[in-house]
Amino acid sequence: MNVPTLKIENLKLGFDTYAGMTEVLHGISLHIGRGEKVALVGESGSGKSVTARIVLGMLQSLKTARISGSVFFEGIDLERMSARGRHALRGTKMSMIFQDPTSSLNPVYRIGTLFKEVLMRNEPAITHEQVRRKACEALADVAIAEPERVLDSYAFQLSGGMNQRVMIAMALVNNPSLLLADEPGTALDVTVQAQTLKLMGELVEKHHTSVLFISHNLGVVREFADRVYVIYKGNIVEQGPTGELFDNPLHPYTRALLAAVPRITGGGIPDIADDPSAFLAPLVTHSGHSEKELLA
Amino acid sequence: MKKTLVILTRNPLSLIGLLLVATVVLSAIFADFIVPFPDHQGAVVDFVNFNKPPEWPYIFGTDLVGRDLFTRIIYAYRISLALGLVVLAIAVPIGVAIGLFAGYLGGWTEYVLMRVTDVFLSIPPLVLAMSVMGLLEPTLTNGMIAVTAMWWPWYTRLVYNLARSEKEEGYVLAAEIIGASRLHIMFREILPNCVPSILTKMTLDFGFVILIASSLSFLGLGVQPPTPDLGSMVAEGAKYLPDSWWLTVFPGLAILVAVFGFNLIGDALREILGVEEQ
Repeated sequence: MNVPTLKIENLKLGFDTYAGMTEVLHGISLHIGRGEKVALVGESGSGKSVTARIVLGMLQSLKTARISGSVFFEGIDLERMSARGRHALRGTKMSMIFQDPTSSLNPVYRIGTLFKEVLMRNEPAITHEQVRRKACEALADVAIAEPERVLDSYAFQLSGGMNQRVMIAMALVNNPSLLLADEPGTALDVTVQAQTLKLMGELVEKHHTSVLFISHNLGVVREFADRVYVIYKGNIVEQGPTGELFDNPLHPYTRALLAAVPRITGGGIPDIADDPSAFLAPLVTHSGHSEKELLA
Repeated sequence: MKKTLVILTRNPLSLIGLLLVATVVLSAIFADFIVPFPDHQGAVVDFVNFNKPPEWPYIFGTDLVGRDLFTRIIYAYRISLALGLVVLAIAVPIGVAIGLFAGYLGGWTEYVLMRVTDVFLSIPPLVLAMSVMGLLEPTLTNGMIAVTAMWWPWYTRLVYNLARSEKEEGYVLAAEIIGASRLHIMFREILPNCVPSILTKMTLDFGFVILIASSLSFLGLGVQPPTPDLGSMVAEGAKYLPDSWWLTVFPGLAILVAVFGFNLIGDALREILGVEEQ
């Protein structure tokens, strides 16, 4: 297999607090191959979002953060890169989509202006006409019918679903090789969310972009991801291909997580957690899907 | 902008404010064409007509050396408005920039900048301005410096608080992740979102700057004679109350009109722009 877009090895993260060190990640390893869609699933506070922050190099500058382990982006160790080099990757080769699309777009600028700023990251000398053309194409790709009108609008004039699609278009307009999606669309209603995710899936395939999809929504993960990592309290507890993991969860925590999904047929809240200590059991991999085998 | 003006004229109070401010500003600009005795702004002496109560052609009466009070009030507006403009034009950018740096960068930058600001805020404004004027010669320029020195910390505090809350917004995080520089985030992302609050405060402050400048010259620390100034006119006339009442009442009313007008507009702007009261 060729070099994975993202490879995280034994990543540990702690924060210095007045009460001593709080460990957040206890040594997680994961990787995303080129064009692969990988989901990182876990409950609130399990360490999903900080993982994304570390990949983007946003936590390294924090004085209280203690990070060890390594993050390789396209085979290059981010730790060995200069701050300037890491900075150059953001917004060009890596980009990110957020939970709440509307608050992520600055309300005082038109969408067209925001697009210009994103495009200028890649091509500082880009002309106004080129910006319009590229932005229109990108918006047309996310099934926005009147791209010209949207470019002249402000974020608060568009619906949440529209803003989400604008965000996706913006995130992909520079052809990044890695897209970090932190619970995209959680702020939207379910039908819109399903549509935009389908669109996003098609687009990343077209752009050959790898995706790290961070979510607590199992239904969405099942639709979207090729492979899944389940994270619990800063440890990866189970990993495997989506279908297999959902049909045959091996780890007690994954089983509890799946049992907690509400069923449309009713039946109330399921009984969970006969024994939470079992959730801390070591990593379970589906056959042929351990890090070693996949990266071999 | 046009829409804001339309809304301003709809509310009776803000309409009054608009009319008052327009009167003050226009009369200051076109002073040379309105006033009956343009040369009375300077050192003119006319002992035949000294200390006259209001009567034609001296509609506000004359002062102790026979100069037309109406003429002098209009010219004093000119100086007050210029002073307000200059003070705000210097104090606001300084205060806003410091507030942005402190609010967005945090850490020791915030600590140092805000403590310095607190020192300035802890001194009563008039005392601060008086001590600056005490150190320097009492002239118009130094009056501007004194008022500016006491004015910027309020903007620092306003913008500091705004920046701290805007910093948590999604678009700031998005800009950080896409690799925007700190300066870009402060001045291109956060600042435009603070503009409504800054603008409202500036309108309100315009009146207060005029008031403070008048207080300074009332104490003899501002503009020096023979240049007309509302504060020194009130101070001069106060010695002859209540007999020569016009010497204090008209300059006093002139201050009131200007301050009141700017306050009404400021309040209306606050409502239109949806700025919360600080």
